[in-house]
Amino acid sequence: MRHRETGSPHLLGVSIVHAIPMSKEKKGMKLTVKIYDVIIIGAGPAGLAAGLYASRSKLDVVLFEKKTPGGQIVITDDIANYPGAPAESTGPSLIARMVAQAEEFGAIIIKDEIIDFDFSGKVKVVKSAHDEYQAKTVIIANGGKPKLIGCPNEQELTGKGVSYCATCDADFFTDLEVFVIGGGDAAVEEAMYLTKFARKVTIVHRRDQLRAAKSIVEKAKTFKNLEYLWDTVVEEIKGDGMVESCVFRNVKTGDLTEHFADENDGTFGIFPFIGFDPVSSIYKGKLNMNDAGYIITDENMLTNIPGVFAAGDIREKQLRQVVTATADGAIAAVAAEKYIMANE
Amino acid sequence: MLVVNKENFALEVLEAEGPVLVDFFGDGCVPCQALLPDIEALAEKYEGKLKFCKLNTTQARRLAIGQKVLGLPTIAIYKSGEKIAEVTKDDATKVNIEDMITRIIG
Repeated sequence: MRHRETGSPHLLGVSIVHAIPMSKEKKGMKLTVKIYDVIIIGAGPAGLAAGLYASRSKLDVVLFEKKTPGGQIVITDDIANYPGAPAESTGPSLIARMVAQAEEFGAIIIKDEIIDFDFSGKVKVVKSAHDEYQAKTVIIANGGKPKLIGCPNEQELTGKGVSYCATCDADFFTDLEVFVIGGGDAAVEEAMYLTKFARKVTIVHRRDQLRAAKSIVEKAKTFKNLEYLWDTVVEEIKGDGMVESCVFRNVKTGDLTEHFADENDGTFGIFPFIGFDPVSSIYKGKLNMNDAGYIITDENMLTNIPGVFAAGDIREKQLRQVVTATADGAIAAVAAEKYIMANE
Repeated sequence: MLVVNKENFALEVLEAEGPVLVDFFGDGCVPCQALLPDIEALAEKYEGKLKFCKLNTTQARRLAIGQKVLGLPTIAIYKSGEKIAEVTKDDATKVNIEDMITRIIG
C-alpha cells in the first residue's frame, strides 16, 4: 500500500496518512486488492481502543476518521473521571496518548469519510467518496453528534452565537452574556468553563433541578457569575446574521419571555448541551438499531451481521462515557479476532 | 497562507484586489487545527487564483465579531470588501470549502 504523507504538522502527535489503496485497475493490469483484518470506522475513544487491541494482536488494522481523532471529547477542556487519567488531563491530551498507543502497535489512521458499505459478503466492503476498502471484519465506531434544540433559526445562527463547542468559542463571549442549555454533567461543566470568559452564564434547564452528578452541582454553586433559569426551554432564537434575542418558554406555565442582547453587547451566546444523537444514518435499514438510531449489539459488540461489530456511543447502552467507549472497543477487537480465527 | 491580524485585515482582505479566503481560527479550537492541513492543501491547489489568509481570532476578537464571526472554525470568502460566502462549524469540511471556492472563482 503506497502512502503519501500530507507533510502537515503533527496534530496531537498523529501523522495523518492519506493512503492510496491498491484497488484501482490500471490499463489492463489489475492490482491485488488489500484485504485488512479489521476496518474501524471512527477514531474516537472506542475506535482507538479497538485499534490498539487489534494491532497488539498483530492484526492488520486501519481506522477511518473524517475529522480528527478523538471524537466528542477533544473539545473538552478538563476530564476528571476517566480512571487513571492524570490530573490536568484534557480531552486532547488523553486522546493524543490513545492515538500514540494505537500507532505504536501498527494501527493506521486514514483521514477519509466512509459514506457507503456492503457487508453482505464474507469480505466486508466500505466506501468513501473516491475509494473502496475491504476487510474480514468491521468495527463501527462513528460515535455521536450534539443534539440540536430543534428550534427555529438554531442552524442558521450556528457559528453566529449558537455553538456546541465551548472551548472553540468561549473567547467570543468575553464579557458578554451566555446561556447554556441543559442540565446534565456536560451542560454544567461547560457552563463553569464559560464563566471564565463571560460576564454572566445562565444555565437554562427544563426541570427544576440539575441532572448532573452531585459533585459537579456542588462545585457549580461556588461560581458567582453562574445563574439558573429553571423549568425553561428555548422556543426560538432570533437575529440577523448574529444572535440578537432568544424566546424562552416556561414548561410549567407556558409563558413566553424574549431575552434581548444588552444594547452595549449587541449579541450573546447560546450553548446547547442537551445530549448526543448517534451518527448512524448510513446504517439505517441494514443494521439493527433502536428507534433512536443506536445500533443494537450483544455483549460482545456483535451486530446482526456476522463479522460486523459496533463500539462506543453509537451503541444502544445506558452509559456513554469515554471509559465505556474504550471498553467496547477492546471487546469488539477481541471478538473480531476470534471471528477471524474461527473463519480462517 | 498570509497571516492577517487586526492591524492588516483591512488592507489585506477588505481592500484586496480579487477574492480572498479567510480561515478564522483560535487558540483553543481543536477542530480548527484539524482543518488547517486541508486549507493549506487548498491554498497550494488554488495558488494564483485565490488569496488565502488566516486570522487568529483569539487575538482579534472584536474584529471577528465585527465580521459576524462568532463560531469556529469559519472559512469565508471576501470580494470588494464584502464577505460573500462562508461555511462554519460542521459545514466547514474540505469538500464544502472547495465547492465554495469553485463557485466563487469558477
